[in-house]
Amino acid sequence: MHPQTILLYDGSFDGFLSTVFLIYEQKIKHPIIRNKSFPNNQLFTVTHDVITEEHKAKRVWVGFTAKTTSNEQQDFFKAFLSEIKGVENTLLCYLQNIFLRSPSAKNIDFSNKNILKISQVAKMVSREKHRMEAFVRFQLTKDNIYVAIIEPDFNVLPLIMNHFKDRYADQRWLIYDIKRAYGMYYDLTTIDTVQLDFFSKVNSKISSENLAPNEQQFQELWHTYFKNVNIKSRKNTKLHLQHIPRRYWKYLTEKNKI
Amino acid sequence: MSFNRIREKLSILADAAKYDVSCASSGGKRSNHHRGLGNNTGMGICHSYTEDGRCVSLLKILLTNHCIYDCAYCVTRKSNDIKRAAFKIQEVVDITINFYRRNYIEGLFLSSGIFKNSDYTMERLVAVAKKLRLEEKFNGYIHLKSIPGTSDELMREAGLYADRLSVNIEIPTISGLKLLAPDKKHEDFIKPMEKVKNEIIKYKSEQKIIKSTPRYAPAGQSTQMIIGATGESDRDIMCSAAYYYKKFNMRRVYYSGYIPVLMDDRLPSLGTAVPVLRENRLYQTDWLLRFYGFSVQEILNDSHKNLDLDIDPKLGWALRNLNLFPIDINTADKKILARVPGIGMQSVYKILQARKFRNLDWTHLKAIGISLNRAQYFITCNSREFYTGELSPIALKNKILKTSKSKYNNYFNQQLSLFS
Repeated sequence: MHPQTILLYDGSFDGFLSTVFLIYEQKIKHPIIRNKSFPNNQLFTVTHDVITEEHKAKRVWVGFTAKTTSNEQQDFFKAFLSEIKGVENTLLCYLQNIFLRSPSAKNIDFSNKNILKISQVAKMVSREKHRMEAFVRFQLTKDNIYVAIIEPDFNVLPLIMNHFKDRYADQRWLIYDIKRAYGMYYDLTTIDTVQLDFFSKVNSKISSENLAPNEQQFQELWHTYFKNVNIKSRKNTKLHLQHIPRRYWKYLTEKNKI
Repeated sequence: MSFNRIREKLSILADAAKYDVSCASSGGKRSNHHRGLGNNTGMGICHSYTEDGRCVSLLKILLTNHCIYDCAYCVTRKSNDIKRAAFKIQEVVDITINFYRRNYIEGLFLSSGIFKNSDYTMERLVAVAKKLRLEEKFNGYIHLKSIPGTSDELMREAGLYADRLSVNIEIPTISGLKLLAPDKKHEDFIKPMEKVKNEIIKYKSEQKIIKSTPRYAPAGQSTQMIIGATGESDRDIMCSAAYYYKKFNMRRVYYSGYIPVLMDDRLPSLGTAVPVLRENRLYQTDWLLRFYGFSVQEILNDSHKNLDLDIDPKLGWALRNLNLFPIDINTADKKILARVPGIGMQSVYKILQARKFRNLDWTHLKAIGISLNRAQYFITCNSREFYTGELSPIALKNKILKTSKSKYNNYFNQQLSLFS
């Protein structure tokens, strides 16, 4: 059996790329890349903490972009954001394939299992991104900020923030990912990453005294609308659930009693 | 504004608008200018889904359900005894903006019953769109209904504010229209369509010369047909759809299974099931025409007037043309690949890319995600094992049906149990 080296990185994208740099630099055989914050219970392995270094990460990224299209780069980043256990290693195999390929190669080898896997995982993340663009429900608070809470399967907040910035350029908004305990706040000029104490998995509601005066009435109007566009004789629960799985209902205004 | 009254109006006027199936919010790219409100990425977003599984992407309402016409298929017909209501222009604007800011919707779909006359009605629809665009700096999606018989000048103005315009022809055949909507003339439907088509062409060509030319209905126009109200065949419907696609450069033709809402001797009785499966097969055919390079005559013709309900139209076509198969996955060109049952355009793309690296075998094809349960009888690949074509079309169809699980299985079982 090969001795395995477990490389622990800090969970950031730069951290992951620094790890890749280290693997190439030190010619580490059979590495396993792990997020530091996930528990490790394997015995008889060598573990190694990786220090995130921006310039090393950048070198890997520059090398990668030189050989790929922007679509492939986006897919790569999306697959990373999936946070699926072991995705880092698939990404590493994927990178190794890319670095071996000739610069003139234009086609994507979907018959290679790592490449296919990355494209499929990226697709899953894309779907979640698209869902969040749809399912974010803002509530207007009395200090005039539109606030939404989300709990996405994958870490898609970095992917959706520009969409909301472009769309709601003239209103202040906050989208908070309760699962990962961070949010993005737009103050009419820039987006900042924020961490807030008053939202938690147990306390994921905005209390009614913090809402703007008309907020509940607009929520009721939306309820009324949602109820009245349904055609009863076409009821199709299976299709309904396929489009909005139950796990998303918690934060959908129309799916909750006011 | 009084929320109680608005809520009552909203319930009446959303209820009346829901039979319009068009829900697209795509195709009309519009960016957010000068820090206004909203944008349209061109992708379209479905913000929610009703319990019938249809998407909610736009605030779809009527301005009013008062109507001077008496069309048999329509729930707001003059002679129907229902609650009537009308929104003020400002009310529609306020609801749209407030829903949009909360990320409930992509924009507005505004239709209306016809009060007084066509122009009077259309003028009000245009006024809503104009107010949204100019006063509220709203860049979201706006879909306006073109009221049949509207003057050209109003249609021109409508397209300057709306992303999409549509006239529902509702009844696919002229004879059906005469029967069910005796006050309406076929030409009245055609006129606004023709106008919109010509304006789009005109504005596009002007834009090539002067870049600042305003855009005219960037998401084009669409129409809708009711299915199963007048006994027309699938061939009638699809030929009619193909005609509208070609003649008026339609972006979409929608098919809406007739929902019995009224008692009328000319129509299917109340309690008749909505033909959802037939609707689905028509949409599949529509996709084959628009994206897969099929022509109507290949799928529907004199000897084959209706689509099979138990299999998809592409499989139906392939079974009638077994002489064209099997094809070799590793050499066939794109057009032919797209015609294989069980292979969609996404898979076609992946196959074309992957086969540059190696000859593909069954494992590759399975991983790429094609439906082998259908495709395997029509293709060969880098493997010595493949179907050798000894079955007749009917036997092959039964074999495929036996090994596949359709989401419509229940539908067929229920159908059969009627006779047992």
